[in-house]
Amino acid sequence: MKIAVLTKAIPSYESSIRIDASSKWIDESVVNYVVNESDSYALEEALQIKEKLDNDSEVVVITMGSQDNTSKILKDGLAKGADRAIFIHNEDSNTDPLSIAKLFSENLKDENFDLVFSGLQSDDLGSGQTGVLLGELLGMSTATLGIETDVQDDRIKVKRELESGWFQWVTLPFPASVSIQSGINEPRYPSLKGIMGAKRKESKVIEGELSDTPKQNFINLFIPKTEKATEKIEGDVDSIVAKLIDILKNKLRVIS
Amino acid sequence: MILVVLENQRGNIHAFSKEAVSAGQKLASKLGMDLSVLCMGENASSLKEQAADFKVQNLILAQNEMINSYSADGYSKVLSDIINEYEPKYVIMGHSYMVRDFLPRVSAKLDLPFISDIISVTYDNDNPIFARQVFNAKLATNIQPEQGSNTALLSFQSAAFSSDDIELGGNESSLTFDVNLDVGDIKSTSEPEFQESSSGVDLTTADVIVSIGRGIESEDNIPMAEELATVMGAEIASSRPVVDMGWLPSYRQVGSSGQAVSPNLYFSVGISGAIQHVVGMKGSKNIIAINKDEEAPIFEIADYAVIGDLMEIVPKLTEELKK
Repeated sequence: MKIAVLTKAIPSYESSIRIDASSKWIDESVVNYVVNESDSYALEEALQIKEKLDNDSEVVVITMGSQDNTSKILKDGLAKGADRAIFIHNEDSNTDPLSIAKLFSENLKDENFDLVFSGLQSDDLGSGQTGVLLGELLGMSTATLGIETDVQDDRIKVKRELESGWFQWVTLPFPASVSIQSGINEPRYPSLKGIMGAKRKESKVIEGELSDTPKQNFINLFIPKTEKATEKIEGDVDSIVAKLIDILKNKLRVIS
Repeated sequence: MILVVLENQRGNIHAFSKEAVSAGQKLASKLGMDLSVLCMGENASSLKEQAADFKVQNLILAQNEMINSYSADGYSKVLSDIINEYEPKYVIMGHSYMVRDFLPRVSAKLDLPFISDIISVTYDNDNPIFARQVFNAKLATNIQPEQGSNTALLSFQSAAFSSDDIELGGNESSLTFDVNLDVGDIKSTSEPEFQESSSGVDLTTADVIVSIGRGIESEDNIPMAEELATVMGAEIASSRPVVDMGWLPSYRQVGSSGQAVSPNLYFSVGISGAIQHVVGMKGSKNIIAINKDEEAPIFEIADYAVIGDLMEIVPKLTEELKK
């Protein structure tokens, strides 16, 4: 079985996010890129399926974007156990989910993957569409927010997370594209052997060209306005704690 | 035409769908367009009855036994056919888990833009501009569909519009769409929805909640937060990463995949304020947030923004409250 895992480099939580001079994107020079959190769970799920099947299954880790931001995350995927990597090189500052999905589909259709796994959404743009769009473009069945999977011969059972503690099992025949919810498993760390071995694995670079006009465009990024009159409390620990006690006792009266 | 699609949530109109109706009414009135509301699937007739008072031009009913249980295959096919038939300028839904599951399929089938999780609408003359949060809500962006798009698919974040604003007055006409599905259109099979047994902790009735996030850093620090909750007479809760790590059970989770709470005080400790969490707690009457990152999005909705190290503040606060 051939499993694709879509993975994306996104700014780390600690990164400073500044709007650049174009006002359409962020200043990438001050950003530290890491793998999108739910994508790590997607990769782990794929690796566990491969290990469980114990046959000649293959896990291919795939990303798109600029060389600088993404090179680390493919190495990381290979070190964790993916068999090969595909890097779709594209420097366009394109934010349209559909044209991004088309770029994936045009460059991956000949791979004939049985399964495509992706994280449920990226923590940068957060559209949460790529896996489903790609599934449709490749004629696959799709499911989202998978919190448990069970591969059976020519199909995959997926436990979908619904809202407010509800769930549903769906069964998809192959080929299928499934987006993975974080928390589904415990992503592994790369072993030293894995890191050494990664260097010998195939890592293919494809020059990806956008084939048509994006269907939606960023006009400008902006800093959201504060919705409330927020009182800032800062300083040394003692004064912060004194202030908090005053608020809890006298303003909110939640303690006596 | 603007088309609002109602989502069936176990026999009732989904709360997000009511907000979508409100959004649709406002957009239709601003743009001078007709508004239609689509009821599809198993409980379509019941949804139609529940929607009977909404002030809209058309109610559209789409039923077929093959979409009696939800599937992305079935729903995306039927909605695509309906869009081809009526050619609405905008298709509006709430940004629910179901919408995330099937609306991108419609986008890809019909080659239409899908702008998801919209928080607000502004206008450039008569052209709507849609804003959504990006970079974990640290920034927002204004988006427009490509000029040539005949139809744009839109989903609105919960509470972007209020269902209290729905204009009543009934509909002018109602019609039935002839659903056309073949057995081969639906490749997946779905089992009934189910709820996993919870421990009986009902966070929705708590007066005070101490909620912890990724900033707690380690499982070893959980007791520190639990102790603060105890001295405050509060329930302990968390954002998703803490549950994912297995540091607290899932029934303690607040957010889109957990519980939605509105306590008198939400005391947030080390939570950055990702959208998925905020939708579950922004109705809290008072919000105190501790975070060392001054730019944490949680501060945008907090009444008190404590910028500092929780590892120092929490034990000290607990100690002082014990006195």
